[in-house]
Amino acid sequence: MQQKNLDGYVGFASLPNQVYRKSVKRGFEFTLMVVGESGLGKSTLINSLFLTDLYSAEYPGPSHRIKKTVEQSKVLIKEGGVQLLLTIVDTPGFGDAVDNSNCWQPIIDHIDSKFEDYLNSESRVNRRQMPDSRIHCCLYFIAPSGHGLKPLDIEFMKRLHEKVNVIPLIAKADTLTPEECQQFKKQIMREIQEHKIKIYEFPETDDEEENRLVKKIKDKLPLAVVGSNTIIEVNSKRVRGRQYPWGVAEVENSDHCDFTILRDMLIRTHMQDLKDVTNNVHYENYRSRKLAAVTYNGVDNNKAKGQLSTKSPLAQMEEERREHVAKMKKMEMEMEQVFEMKVKEKVQKLKDSEAELQRRHEQMKKNLEAQHKELEEKRRVFEEERANWETQQRLEQQKLEASRTLEKNKKKGKIF
Amino acid sequence: KNKGLQVLKANSGFSSGGSTLLGYIGIDTIIEQMRKKTMKTGFDFNIMVVGPSGLGKSTLVNTLFKSQVSRKSAGWARDEKIPKTVEIKSVSHVIEEGGVKMKLTIVDTPGFGDQINNDNCWEPISKYINEQFEKFLKEEVNITRKKRIPDTRVHCCLYFIPPTGHCLRQLDVEFMRRLSHSVNIIPVIAKSDTMTIEERQEFKQRVRKELENNGIEFYPQKEFDDDMEDKSDNDKIRETMPFAVVGSDKEHQVNGKRVLGRKTAWGIIEVENPNHCEFAQLRDFLIRSHLQDLKEVTHNIHYETYRAKRLNDNGGLHPISSNDTQEKNP
Repeated sequence: MQQKNLDGYVGFASLPNQVYRKSVKRGFEFTLMVVGESGLGKSTLINSLFLTDLYSAEYPGPSHRIKKTVEQSKVLIKEGGVQLLLTIVDTPGFGDAVDNSNCWQPIIDHIDSKFEDYLNSESRVNRRQMPDSRIHCCLYFIAPSGHGLKPLDIEFMKRLHEKVNVIPLIAKADTLTPEECQQFKKQIMREIQEHKIKIYEFPETDDEEENRLVKKIKDKLPLAVVGSNTIIEVNSKRVRGRQYPWGVAEVENSDHCDFTILRDMLIRTHMQDLKDVTNNVHYENYRSRKLAAVTYNGVDNNKAKGQLSTKSPLAQMEEERREHVAKMKKMEMEMEQVFEMKVKEKVQKLKDSEAELQRRHEQMKKNLEAQHKELEEKRRVFEEERANWETQQRLEQQKLEASRTLEKNKKKGKIF
Repeated sequence: KNKGLQVLKANSGFSSGGSTLLGYIGIDTIIEQMRKKTMKTGFDFNIMVVGPSGLGKSTLVNTLFKSQVSRKSAGWARDEKIPKTVEIKSVSHVIEEGGVKMKLTIVDTPGFGDQINNDNCWEPISKYINEQFEKFLKEEVNITRKKRIPDTRVHCCLYFIPPTGHCLRQLDVEFMRRLSHSVNIIPVIAKSDTMTIEERQEFKQRVRKELENNGIEFYPQKEFDDDMEDKSDNDKIRETMPFAVVGSDKEHQVNGKRVLGRKTAWGIIEVENPNHCEFAQLRDFLIRSHLQDLKEVTHNIHYETYRAKRLNDNGGLHPISSNDTQEKNP
């Protein structure tokens, strides 16, 4: 595309300023994770980097801390009107046990859970507030043995280089002389390449000046750092450093260690790039992996066999939603049916018992009637008998009378 | 001379106060006789170094004996990968000083504490120590014994503690707990130029307390102090242990003198300067004053414990295969 020349001043050159002002109002977030064995100076380095006492002297050392695998501390730093919400994720107990198999698992789980949170909040309907708590950068501390990487270092970096920006650091670098440091760095880089570990790559830019800086940084990887917040007087200058009987190791002296390079890189030049890489590369990797898994499950549930789902994940989600709603409806209907059936049953039962009662009633009535009849019958019989008896009595009476009359007649008149 | 002999007869036995001799007998020449004998026969010393790789074990041993005696003497580059299991590699040299010959054996333990899963990484070491005891026992029990039994028993085990500055690791505690009864353990804080003097003091105190809490008796053990003099000497040493050491076999120029040290951008760490590190103290302790004591404690106490256990368990000694040795690990 050809670039057109403008005839006058339009004004969109102030766009960066607008973006800047908006961002400043919003404030920035940055999440940094530090991983390494106890005693490598992680807490001291964080304090030195951000010039705060995030881990103050009263903060209990690893021997006293409650054994949790992942710890978060938040601090709000303000400088020149810009505020930064800094979250430090610490991993106490990493690599300290006798058996350290899978000590990286809690860390991987933590990173994944942060991605998951972001994915969920991205997919929500109400997206007003999207707090970004994803891990933007992981500082991995290598012990200054002077030989090379330990098996634990290699395992850890291999498992995490695809999930987060890994920046390896040589801790407590004042242990090494400059030659030893050089050798050590070369050995580490060789091993990193050998195991195909992808550490954070500094991006190339169009700017010559910046490229030179970037190249300088790349030559010094992995950065050898020394941390300290104690101020010491050296040549009537007040510097941060560590006081030894044989001299003072200055933290901010680039001849002594690479602390300034780390600080500049992390805070002053590449903070935004770290966030971008996390968002565009690591997060997208996680997202596509996660949603592809959902899609795979979707194919199984659909009866459409051999149909590779070419729908976009959103359509897939729609379909799922519809399915879900349909399922719900079906369930509702079923439940209603069941309900009706039960009601019928109950009604039937009631009817039955009513009929039963009726029947019994009838029965009893019949019985009663029968009894009544019986009694009537008996009465009749009784009446009959009485009648008979009466009749008989009369007859007897008559007979008796007749015989008496006869006798009377006999007496009266001799029989004619 | 007669008077001297009389005094001896009057006092039967040796009294601790001693009796004043009225003339010179020459008992004290026995020290000279022993010395001559020792010089002729020479003696063995076996030292074992234990610790995860990269703590400067080989460098320290080279510095201690001022010569390239360790395994890693050939070049600095690390060509060998970390072994998957703990290996035991021993290297022997004969060094001579002032007419006294010493057969020095350094036993290295590469792979200790380097794996992801370090369970039971102390077992190969324990097995090795017991195997050496077993060898000696077998020789002792033989009907025809050699005039001088070759002594391969581990006299001293230098355990290297990484200078985290916080506390002992679980692995350290486990190892020392299990092995403090079969070998003399001397804990040292490796690469102590990592820490400032205050950090070092705090770390040492914490380490000592943890060792005490876990009942770990490191050398010199309190229970083996012979007398008050020993006790006071050893107490002083125990106060400064574990020694914070720095090793180096390179020489640099300091104030017109050539000293062994490490050159950093902010200064030169002199290995033998007691203000910088405690290497000189360790060396004096280990070689100049307690070398013989280490051997004696190993022979009289650790070896005897092993022997008693073996004899009790078996009810007598029969030819044993190495499998049995493994089972009898204390």
